[in-house]
Amino acid sequence: MTQQSVSSSNDLTVIIDTGCANLSSVRFAFERLNANVVVSADFDVIRSAARVVLPGVGTAGAAMDALKQKNLIELIKSLTQPVMGVCLGMQMLASLSNEHGGRSEQDITCLGLVPTDIGDLDSKGLPLPHMGWNQIDVGDHPLFSGIENGSYVYFVHSYRAPISEYTLASSTYGESFSAAIGKHNFFGVQFHPEKSAKIGAQILQNFLNMGTSQ
Amino acid sequence: MLAKRIVPCLDVRDGKVVKGVQFRNHEIVGDIVPLAARYAEEGADELVFYDITASAHDRVIDKSWVSRVAEQIDIPFCVAGGIKTIEQAREKLAFGADKISINSPALTDPSLISRLQDEFGRQCIVIGIDSYYDESTDSYKVKQFTGDEAATKDTQWYTQDWVEEVQKRGCGEIVLNVMNQDGVRGGYDIKQLSLIRAICDVPLIASGGAGTMEHFKDVFELAKVDAALAASVFHKGIIDIGELKQYLHANNIAIRL
Repeated sequence: MTQQSVSSSNDLTVIIDTGCANLSSVRFAFERLNANVVVSADFDVIRSAARVVLPGVGTAGAAMDALKQKNLIELIKSLTQPVMGVCLGMQMLASLSNEHGGRSEQDITCLGLVPTDIGDLDSKGLPLPHMGWNQIDVGDHPLFSGIENGSYVYFVHSYRAPISEYTLASSTYGESFSAAIGKHNFFGVQFHPEKSAKIGAQILQNFLNMGTSQ
Repeated sequence: MLAKRIVPCLDVRDGKVVKGVQFRNHEIVGDIVPLAARYAEEGADELVFYDITASAHDRVIDKSWVSRVAEQIDIPFCVAGGIKTIEQAREKLAFGADKISINSPALTDPSLISRLQDEFGRQCIVIGIDSYYDESTDSYKVKQFTGDEAATKDTQWYTQDWVEEVQKRGCGEIVLNVMNQDGVRGGYDIKQLSLIRAICDVPLIASGGAGTMEHFKDVFELAKVDAALAASVFHKGIIDIGELKQYLHANNIAIRL
Protein backbone atom coordinates (compact mmCIF):
# COMPACT_ATOMS: atom_id res chain seq x y z
CA MET A 1 0.00 0.00 0.00
CA THR A 2 1.37 3.39 -0.96
CA GLN A 3 1.70 6.32 1.38
CA GLN A 4 -0.97 8.14 -0.63
CA SER A 5 -3.64 5.49 -0.19
CA VAL A 6 -2.84 5.05 3.50
CA SER A 7 -3.39 8.71 4.17
CA SER A 8 -6.61 8.89 2.13
CA SER A 9 -8.14 5.81 3.74
CA ASN A 10 -7.32 7.27 7.14
CA ASP A 11 -8.77 10.65 6.32
CA LEU A 12 -12.46 9.90 6.17
CA THR A 13 -14.82 12.23 8.02
CA VAL A 14 -18.03 10.46 8.98
CA ILE A 15 -21.22 12.35 9.82
CA ILE A 16 -23.36 10.09 11.96
CA ASP A 17 -26.73 9.56 10.29
CA THR A 18 -29.01 10.57 13.13
CA GLY A 19 -31.87 11.10 10.70
CA CYS A 20 -32.03 14.74 11.78
CA ALA A 21 -32.66 17.72 9.60
CA ASN A 22 -29.30 19.46 9.18
CA LEU A 23 -27.38 16.42 7.91
CA SER A 24 -27.07 17.64 4.36
CA SER A 25 -26.07 21.19 5.38
CA VAL A 26 -23.20 19.80 7.44
CA ARG A 27 -22.14 17.49 4.61
CA PHE A 28 -22.26 20.31 2.05
CA ALA A 29 -20.06 22.48 4.28
CA PHE A 30 -17.37 19.78 4.46
CA GLU A 31 -17.65 19.19 0.72
CA ARG A 32 -17.03 22.90 0.12
CA LEU A 33 -13.70 22.28 1.90
CA ASN A 34 -13.03 19.31 -0.41
CA ALA A 35 -13.15 16.91 2.52
CA ASN A 36 -13.64 13.19 2.08
CA VAL A 37 -16.97 12.94 3.91
CA VAL A 38 -19.79 10.40 4.18
CA VAL A 39 -23.05 10.22 6.11
CA SER A 40 -23.42 6.84 7.78
CA ALA A 41 -24.99 4.92 10.66
CA ASP A 42 -22.81 1.87 9.95
CA PHE A 43 -20.84 0.58 12.95
CA ASP A 44 -17.61 -0.20 11.06
CA VAL A 45 -17.64 2.95 8.94
CA ILE A 46 -18.02 5.15 12.02
CA ARG A 47 -15.44 3.26 14.07
CA SER A 48 -12.78 3.41 11.37
CA ALA A 49 -13.28 7.12 10.59
CA ALA A 50 -10.48 9.61 11.12
CA ARG A 51 -13.00 11.92 12.77
CA VAL A 52 -16.70 11.85 13.49
CA VAL A 53 -19.41 14.51 13.46
CA LEU A 54 -22.56 14.21 15.55
CA PRO A 55 -25.13 16.58 14.04
CA GLY A 56 -28.47 17.38 15.57
CA VAL A 57 -31.53 19.54 15.19
CA GLY A 58 -34.78 19.12 17.06
CA THR A 59 -35.20 18.07 20.68
CA ALA A 60 -32.81 16.15 22.91
CA GLY A 61 -35.40 13.46 23.64
CA ALA A 62 -36.09 12.75 19.97
CA ALA A 63 -32.39 12.80 19.11
CA MET A 64 -31.42 10.36 21.89
CA ASP A 65 -34.31 8.09 20.84
CA ALA A 66 -32.91 8.09 17.30
CA LEU A 67 -29.43 7.10 18.55
CA LYS A 68 -30.97 4.35 20.67
CA GLN A 69 -32.98 2.96 17.76
CA LYS A 70 -29.86 2.82 15.63
CA ASN A 71 -27.84 1.17 18.41
CA LEU A 72 -25.27 3.95 18.26
CA ILE A 73 -24.98 5.01 21.90
CA GLU A 74 -22.34 2.52 23.05
CA LEU A 75 -20.45 2.91 19.79
CA ILE A 76 -20.21 6.69 20.15
CA LYS A 77 -19.04 6.35 23.75
CA SER A 78 -16.28 3.97 22.66
CA LEU A 79 -14.81 6.26 19.98
CA THR A 80 -11.23 7.45 20.45
CA GLN A 81 -10.87 9.71 17.42
CA PRO A 82 -11.96 13.41 17.44
CA VAL A 83 -15.75 13.61 17.75
CA MET A 84 -17.48 16.93 17.21
CA GLY A 85 -21.12 17.58 18.09
CA VAL A 86 -22.94 20.39 16.32
CA CYS A 87 -25.75 22.31 18.03
CA LEU A 88 -28.04 19.65 19.53
CA GLY A 89 -25.21 17.21 18.77
CA MET A 90 -23.09 19.18 21.26
CA GLN A 91 -25.85 19.04 23.84
CA MET A 92 -26.12 15.26 23.40
CA LEU A 93 -22.50 14.93 24.58
CA ALA A 94 -23.56 16.26 28.00
CA SER A 95 -24.87 14.24 30.94
CA LEU A 96 -28.46 15.44 31.04
CA SER A 97 -30.79 17.80 29.23
CA ASN A 98 -34.00 19.32 30.53
CA GLU A 99 -35.32 19.75 26.99
CA HIS A 100 -38.14 17.22 27.10
CA GLY A 101 -39.88 18.09 23.84
CA GLY A 102 -43.19 16.93 25.31
CA ARG A 103 -42.05 13.31 25.45
CA SER A 104 -41.65 12.99 29.17
CA GLU A 105 -41.53 14.98 32.37
CA GLN A 106 -38.08 13.73 33.25
CA ASP A 107 -34.72 15.08 32.22
CA ILE A 108 -33.27 13.38 29.19
CA THR A 109 -30.20 11.23 29.81
CA CYS A 110 -27.60 12.13 27.22
CA LEU A 111 -24.30 10.50 26.27
CA GLY A 112 -22.46 11.63 29.40
CA LEU A 113 -19.19 12.28 27.60
CA VAL A 114 -18.80 15.86 28.81
CA PRO A 115 -19.90 16.17 32.44
CA THR A 116 -22.26 19.15 32.26
CA ASP A 117 -26.04 19.54 32.21
CA ILE A 118 -28.07 21.29 29.52
CA GLY A 119 -30.68 23.75 30.77
CA ASP A 120 -32.76 26.73 29.66
CA LEU A 121 -30.89 29.72 28.31
CA ASP A 122 -31.73 32.64 30.58
CA SER A 123 -32.00 35.43 28.03
CA LYS A 124 -33.09 37.96 30.67
CA GLY A 125 -36.10 38.94 28.61
CA LEU A 126 -34.45 39.02 25.19
CA PRO A 127 -36.40 37.21 22.43
CA LEU A 128 -36.04 33.41 22.35
CA PRO A 129 -34.83 31.33 20.61
CA HIS A 130 -31.38 32.95 20.60
CA MET A 131 -31.29 33.24 16.83
CA GLY A 132 -28.68 34.92 14.69
CA TRP A 133 -25.04 35.93 14.60
CA ASN A 134 -23.34 36.39 17.94
CA GLN A 135 -19.75 36.82 19.06
CA ILE A 136 -17.61 34.15 20.69
CA ASP A 137 -14.60 34.28 22.97
CA VAL A 138 -12.40 31.28 22.39
CA GLY A 139 -9.87 29.35 24.41
CA ASP A 140 -6.81 27.56 23.09
CA HIS A 141 -8.51 24.41 21.78
CA PRO A 142 -7.21 23.54 18.28
CA LEU A 143 -10.78 23.81 16.98
CA PHE A 144 -10.45 27.58 17.36
CA SER A 145 -6.98 27.93 15.97
CA GLY A 146 -6.74 31.27 14.14
CA ILE A 147 -10.19 32.41 15.32
CA GLU A 148 -10.16 35.81 17.03
CA ASN A 149 -12.21 36.73 20.06
CA GLY A 150 -15.30 38.65 18.97
CA SER A 151 -15.80 36.60 15.79
CA TYR A 152 -19.44 36.19 14.74
CA VAL A 153 -21.00 32.75 14.31
CA TYR A 154 -24.61 31.67 13.73
CA PHE A 155 -26.66 30.41 16.68
CA VAL A 156 -30.18 28.96 16.90
CA HIS A 157 -31.11 27.53 20.29
CA SER A 158 -33.10 27.98 23.49
CA TYR A 159 -31.11 25.61 25.72
CA ARG A 160 -27.47 25.88 26.67
CA ALA A 161 -24.54 24.34 28.49
CA PRO A 162 -23.53 26.61 31.39
CA ILE A 163 -20.03 27.99 31.73
CA SER A 164 -17.90 25.28 33.35
CA GLU A 165 -14.41 23.84 33.35
CA TYR A 166 -15.45 22.12 30.09
CA THR A 167 -16.17 25.39 28.30
CA LEU A 168 -14.00 25.77 25.17
CA ALA A 169 -15.64 28.97 23.91
CA SER A 170 -18.26 31.30 25.34
CA SER A 171 -20.91 33.72 24.17
CA THR A 172 -23.44 36.00 25.85
CA TYR A 173 -27.17 36.43 25.32
CA GLY A 174 -28.75 37.62 28.56
CA GLU A 175 -26.33 35.31 30.38
CA SER A 176 -22.91 33.96 29.44
CA PHE A 177 -23.02 30.36 28.25
CA SER A 178 -20.83 27.75 26.57
CA ALA A 179 -20.54 28.25 22.81
CA ALA A 180 -18.38 25.13 22.80
CA ILE A 181 -17.66 22.39 25.32
CA GLY A 182 -15.26 19.47 25.33
CA LYS A 183 -13.45 16.76 27.23
CA HIS A 184 -10.69 14.59 25.80
CA ASN A 185 -11.54 13.68 22.19
CA PHE A 186 -15.20 14.70 22.53
CA PHE A 187 -16.15 18.30 21.89
CA GLY A 188 -19.01 20.24 20.43
CA VAL A 189 -20.19 23.64 19.31
CA GLN A 190 -23.55 25.19 20.15
CA PHE A 191 -23.53 27.30 17.01
CA HIS A 192 -23.72 26.15 13.39
CA PRO A 193 -20.26 26.29 11.80
CA GLU A 194 -21.80 24.98 8.57
CA LYS A 195 -23.84 28.22 8.38
CA SER A 196 -21.26 30.63 9.78
CA ALA A 197 -19.65 31.85 6.56
CA LYS A 198 -15.83 32.13 6.55
CA ILE A 199 -15.40 31.84 10.33
CA GLY A 200 -17.42 28.64 10.33
CA ALA A 201 -15.43 27.25 7.41
CA GLN A 202 -12.19 27.94 9.32
CA ILE A 203 -13.51 26.05 12.35
CA LEU A 204 -14.50 23.09 10.17
CA GLN A 205 -11.08 23.18 8.51
CA ASN A 206 -9.47 23.14 11.95
CA PHE A 207 -11.55 20.04 12.72
CA LEU A 208 -10.37 18.43 9.47
CA ASN A 209 -6.81 19.12 10.57
CA MET A 210 -7.37 16.94 13.64
CA GLY A 211 -7.15 13.19 13.65
CA THR A 212 -4.79 13.05 10.67
CA SER A 213 -1.55 12.17 12.43
CA GLN A 214 -2.29 9.01 14.42
CA MET B 1 -23.52 40.92 21.27
CA LEU B 2 -26.20 39.47 19.02
CA ALA B 3 -25.99 41.26 15.67
CA LYS B 4 -28.96 42.76 13.88
CA ARG B 5 -29.54 40.77 10.71
CA ILE B 6 -29.80 42.03 7.14
CA VAL B 7 -31.99 39.62 5.18
CA PRO B 8 -32.40 39.88 1.41
CA CYS B 9 -35.64 38.29 0.33
CA LEU B 10 -35.82 36.49 -2.97
CA ASP B 11 -39.37 36.05 -4.21
CA VAL B 12 -39.35 32.98 -6.41
CA ARG B 13 -41.77 32.24 -9.21
CA ASP B 14 -41.29 29.34 -11.63
CA GLY B 15 -37.69 28.89 -10.51
CA LYS B 16 -36.66 32.54 -11.03
CA VAL B 17 -36.27 35.43 -8.63
CA VAL B 18 -38.97 38.04 -9.28
CA LYS B 19 -40.07 41.32 -7.74
CA GLY B 20 -43.40 43.13 -8.01
CA VAL B 21 -44.69 46.38 -6.60
CA GLN B 22 -47.23 45.88 -3.80
CA PHE B 23 -47.28 42.19 -4.71
CA ARG B 24 -48.28 42.81 -8.35
CA ASN B 25 -46.76 42.93 -11.84
CA HIS B 26 -43.81 40.66 -11.16
CA GLU B 27 -40.67 41.13 -13.21
CA ILE B 28 -37.82 38.61 -13.39
CA VAL B 29 -34.72 39.68 -11.44
CA GLY B 30 -32.41 36.72 -12.02
CA ASP B 31 -31.49 33.10 -11.30
CA ILE B 32 -31.73 31.82 -7.74
CA VAL B 33 -28.35 30.29 -6.97
CA PRO B 34 -26.05 33.02 -8.39
CA LEU B 35 -28.10 35.73 -6.65
CA ALA B 36 -28.01 33.81 -3.37
CA ALA B 37 -24.26 33.33 -3.63
CA ARG B 38 -23.72 37.01 -4.45
CA TYR B 39 -25.72 38.18 -1.44
CA ALA B 40 -23.90 35.78 0.88
CA GLU B 41 -20.57 37.08 -0.43
CA GLU B 42 -21.66 40.70 0.06
CA GLY B 43 -22.45 40.07 3.73
CA ALA B 44 -26.12 39.11 3.91
CA ASP B 45 -26.77 37.47 7.29
CA GLU B 46 -29.53 35.21 6.08
CA LEU B 47 -31.70 34.66 3.01
CA VAL B 48 -35.41 34.11 2.63
CA PHE B 49 -36.92 32.47 -0.44
CA TYR B 50 -40.63 32.90 -0.92
CA ASP B 51 -42.32 30.93 -3.63
CA ILE B 52 -45.08 33.43 -4.04
CA THR B 53 -47.16 31.29 -6.35
CA ALA B 54 -47.21 28.14 -4.27
CA SER B 55 -50.10 28.62 -1.88
CA ALA B 56 -52.28 30.49 -4.28
CA HIS B 57 -52.01 27.79 -6.94
CA ASP B 58 -52.16 24.89 -4.51
CA ARG B 59 -48.81 23.36 -5.35
CA VAL B 60 -45.61 22.91 -3.45
CA ILE B 61 -42.36 24.63 -4.33
CA ASP B 62 -39.99 22.94 -6.71
CA LYS B 63 -37.36 21.75 -4.26
CA SER B 64 -34.41 21.04 -6.52
CA TRP B 65 -33.10 24.58 -6.07
CA VAL B 66 -33.27 24.26 -2.29
CA SER B 67 -30.55 21.66 -2.42
CA ARG B 68 -28.48 23.69 -4.89
CA VAL B 69 -28.63 26.73 -2.61
CA ALA B 70 -27.64 24.65 0.43
CA GLU B 71 -24.68 23.20 -1.44
CA GLN B 72 -23.29 26.57 -2.41
CA ILE B 73 -24.00 29.10 0.31
CA ASP B 74 -22.67 29.11 3.87
CA ILE B 75 -25.24 31.30 5.61
CA PRO B 76 -28.68 30.28 6.89
CA PHE B 77 -31.71 30.38 4.65
CA CYS B 78 -35.42 30.00 5.03
CA VAL B 79 -37.82 28.50 2.51
CA ALA B 80 -41.48 29.45 2.24
CA GLY B 81 -44.28 28.43 -0.01
CA GLY B 82 -47.25 26.10 0.30
CA ILE B 83 -45.90 23.89 3.07
CA LYS B 84 -49.03 22.28 4.53
CA THR B 85 -47.83 18.99 5.99
CA ILE B 86 -45.11 17.63 8.25
CA GLU B 87 -43.73 15.62 5.33
CA GLN B 88 -43.45 18.65 3.05
CA ALA B 89 -41.61 20.49 5.80
CA ARG B 90 -39.31 17.55 6.47
CA GLU B 91 -38.37 17.44 2.81
CA LYS B 92 -37.34 21.13 2.68
CA LEU B 93 -35.29 20.77 5.85
CA ALA B 94 -33.69 17.58 4.57
CA PHE B 95 -32.69 19.37 1.37
CA GLY B 96 -30.76 21.84 3.49
CA ALA B 97 -33.16 24.66 4.39
CA ASP B 98 -32.51 25.92 7.91
CA LYS B 99 -36.02 27.14 8.48
CA ILE B 100 -39.40 26.86 6.88
CA SER B 101 -41.82 29.76 6.79
CA ILE B 102 -45.56 29.24 6.87
CA ASN B 103 -48.04 31.92 5.92
CA SER B 104 -51.36 31.12 4.19
CA PRO B 105 -51.58 27.44 5.28
CA ALA B 106 -51.23 28.47 8.93
CA LEU B 107 -54.23 30.76 8.52
CA THR B 108 -56.24 27.91 6.97
CA ASP B 109 -55.18 25.49 9.73
CA PRO B 110 -53.44 27.06 12.75
CA SER B 111 -52.80 23.61 14.27
CA LEU B 112 -50.14 23.14 11.59
CA ILE B 113 -47.86 25.42 13.63
CA SER B 114 -48.03 23.27 16.77
CA ARG B 115 -47.59 20.07 14.79
CA LEU B 116 -44.50 21.42 13.03
CA GLN B 117 -43.09 22.64 16.31
CA ASP B 118 -43.59 19.24 17.97
CA GLU B 119 -41.77 17.54 15.14
CA PHE B 120 -38.88 19.88 14.34
CA GLY B 121 -38.56 22.27 17.27
CA ARG B 122 -39.64 25.89 17.22
CA GLN B 123 -36.23 27.14 16.07
CA CYS B 124 -36.98 26.32 12.43
CA ILE B 125 -40.64 27.38 12.32
CA VAL B 126 -41.10 30.90 10.95
CA ILE B 127 -44.51 32.47 10.53
CA GLY B 128 -44.92 35.02 7.76
CA ILE B 129 -47.72 37.54 8.27
CA ASP B 130 -49.01 39.86 5.56
CA SER B 131 -50.47 42.76 7.49
CA TYR B 132 -52.16 45.88 6.15
CA TYR B 133 -53.50 49.04 7.68
CA ASP B 134 -57.25 49.18 7.29
CA GLU B 135 -58.13 52.86 7.22
CA SER B 136 -61.86 52.37 7.60
CA THR B 137 -61.47 50.67 10.98
CA ASP B 138 -58.10 52.23 11.94
CA SER B 139 -56.66 48.78 12.64
CA TYR B 140 -54.10 46.27 11.35
CA LYS B 141 -55.44 43.17 9.65
CA VAL B 142 -54.05 40.00 8.10
CA LYS B 143 -54.41 39.00 4.45
CA GLN B 144 -54.10 35.51 2.98
CA PHE B 145 -52.93 34.13 -0.41
CA THR B 146 -51.10 37.35 -1.28
CA GLY B 147 -48.90 35.61 -3.88
CA ASP B 148 -51.68 35.90 -6.44
CA GLU B 149 -53.76 39.05 -6.65
CA ALA B 150 -56.84 37.16 -7.79
CA ALA B 151 -56.64 34.75 -4.86
CA THR B 152 -55.75 37.30 -2.16
CA LYS B 153 -58.40 37.60 0.53
CA ASP B 154 -59.04 39.23 3.87
CA THR B 155 -59.05 37.11 7.01
CA GLN B 156 -60.91 37.58 10.27
CA TRP B 157 -57.63 38.15 12.11
CA TYR B 158 -56.44 41.41 13.55
CA THR B 159 -52.65 41.41 13.24
CA GLN B 160 -51.99 41.68 17.00
CA ASP B 161 -54.27 38.71 17.74
CA TRP B 162 -52.64 36.57 15.08
CA VAL B 163 -49.15 37.45 16.38
CA GLU B 164 -50.23 36.27 19.86
CA GLU B 165 -51.83 33.14 18.43
CA VAL B 166 -48.84 31.96 16.40
CA GLN B 167 -46.53 32.43 19.37
CA LYS B 168 -48.88 30.41 21.57
CA ARG B 169 -48.81 27.66 18.97
CA GLY B 170 -45.03 27.50 18.97
CA CYS B 171 -43.45 29.49 16.17
CA GLY B 172 -39.79 30.44 16.53
CA GLU B 173 -39.74 33.66 14.55
CA ILE B 174 -42.14 36.09 12.89
CA VAL B 175 -41.74 37.97 9.63
CA LEU B 176 -44.14 40.90 9.63
CA ASN B 177 -44.69 42.12 6.12
CA VAL B 178 -46.51 45.41 5.99
CA MET B 179 -48.29 45.39 2.68
CA ASN B 180 -49.07 49.10 2.42
CA GLN B 181 -45.31 49.67 2.44
CA ASP B 182 -44.14 46.82 0.23
CA GLY B 183 -42.14 47.76 -2.85
CA VAL B 184 -42.74 51.49 -2.54
CA ARG B 185 -39.51 52.14 -0.57
CA GLY B 186 -41.00 54.78 1.74
CA GLY B 187 -39.55 53.24 4.90
CA TYR B 188 -40.57 50.47 7.28
CA ASP B 189 -43.82 50.98 9.19
CA ILE B 190 -42.16 51.89 12.48
CA LYS B 191 -45.45 52.51 14.25
CA GLN B 192 -46.90 49.10 13.45
CA LEU B 193 -43.63 47.23 13.99
CA SER B 194 -43.15 48.86 17.42
CA LEU B 195 -46.67 47.82 18.37
CA ILE B 196 -45.98 44.22 17.35
CA ARG B 197 -42.51 44.20 18.94
CA ALA B 198 -44.11 44.92 22.30
CA ILE B 199 -46.14 41.67 22.12
CA CYS B 200 -43.58 39.53 20.30
CA ASP B 201 -41.28 37.37 22.48
CA VAL B 202 -39.70 35.55 19.55
CA PRO B 203 -37.32 37.17 17.04
CA LEU B 204 -39.14 39.67 14.80
CA ILE B 205 -38.17 40.42 11.20
CA ALA B 206 -39.41 43.65 9.63
CA SER B 207 -40.45 43.46 5.99
CA GLY B 208 -41.81 45.96 3.51
CA GLY B 209 -40.81 49.49 2.64
CA ALA B 210 -37.01 49.68 2.79
CA GLY B 211 -35.71 52.39 0.45
CA THR B 212 -32.69 54.00 2.09
CA MET B 213 -29.96 53.00 4.56
CA GLU B 214 -31.58 55.30 7.10
CA HIS B 215 -34.74 53.19 6.96
CA PHE B 216 -32.73 50.22 8.25
CA LYS B 217 -31.18 52.29 11.02
CA ASP B 218 -34.62 53.55 12.05
CA VAL B 219 -36.24 50.13 12.14
CA PHE B 220 -33.47 48.72 14.35
CA GLU B 221 -33.28 51.73 16.65
CA LEU B 222 -36.95 52.65 16.90
CA ALA B 223 -38.87 49.41 16.37
CA LYS B 224 -36.17 47.21 17.99
CA VAL B 225 -36.63 44.41 15.46
CA ASP B 226 -34.06 41.61 15.27
CA ALA B 227 -33.72 41.63 11.52
CA ALA B 228 -34.69 43.70 8.52
CA LEU B 229 -35.78 42.08 5.28
CA ALA B 230 -35.71 43.81 1.91
CA ALA B 231 -35.81 42.86 -1.74
CA SER B 232 -35.92 45.54 -4.41
CA VAL B 233 -33.28 47.84 -2.92
CA PHE B 234 -30.82 44.95 -3.09
CA HIS B 235 -31.96 43.45 -6.39
CA LYS B 236 -31.88 46.84 -8.14
CA GLY B 237 -28.53 47.81 -6.62
CA ILE B 238 -30.00 50.86 -4.84
CA ILE B 239 -28.32 49.75 -1.61
CA ASP B 240 -25.09 47.75 -1.40
CA ILE B 241 -25.22 45.29 1.51
CA GLY B 242 -21.58 45.88 2.44
CA GLU B 243 -22.02 49.66 2.53
CA LEU B 244 -25.26 49.30 4.46
CA LYS B 245 -23.55 47.23 7.13
CA GLN B 246 -20.68 49.72 7.41
CA TYR B 247 -23.21 52.54 7.77
CA LEU B 248 -25.14 50.71 10.51
CA HIS B 249 -21.93 49.81 12.31
CA ALA B 250 -20.85 53.48 12.20
CA ASN B 251 -24.22 54.30 13.78
CA ASN B 252 -23.52 51.99 16.73
CA ILE B 253 -25.85 49.21 15.69
CA ALA B 254 -24.50 45.71 16.39
CA ILE B 255 -23.65 44.31 12.97
CA ARG B 256 -21.53 41.45 11.67
CA LEU B 257 -18.98 42.97 9.31
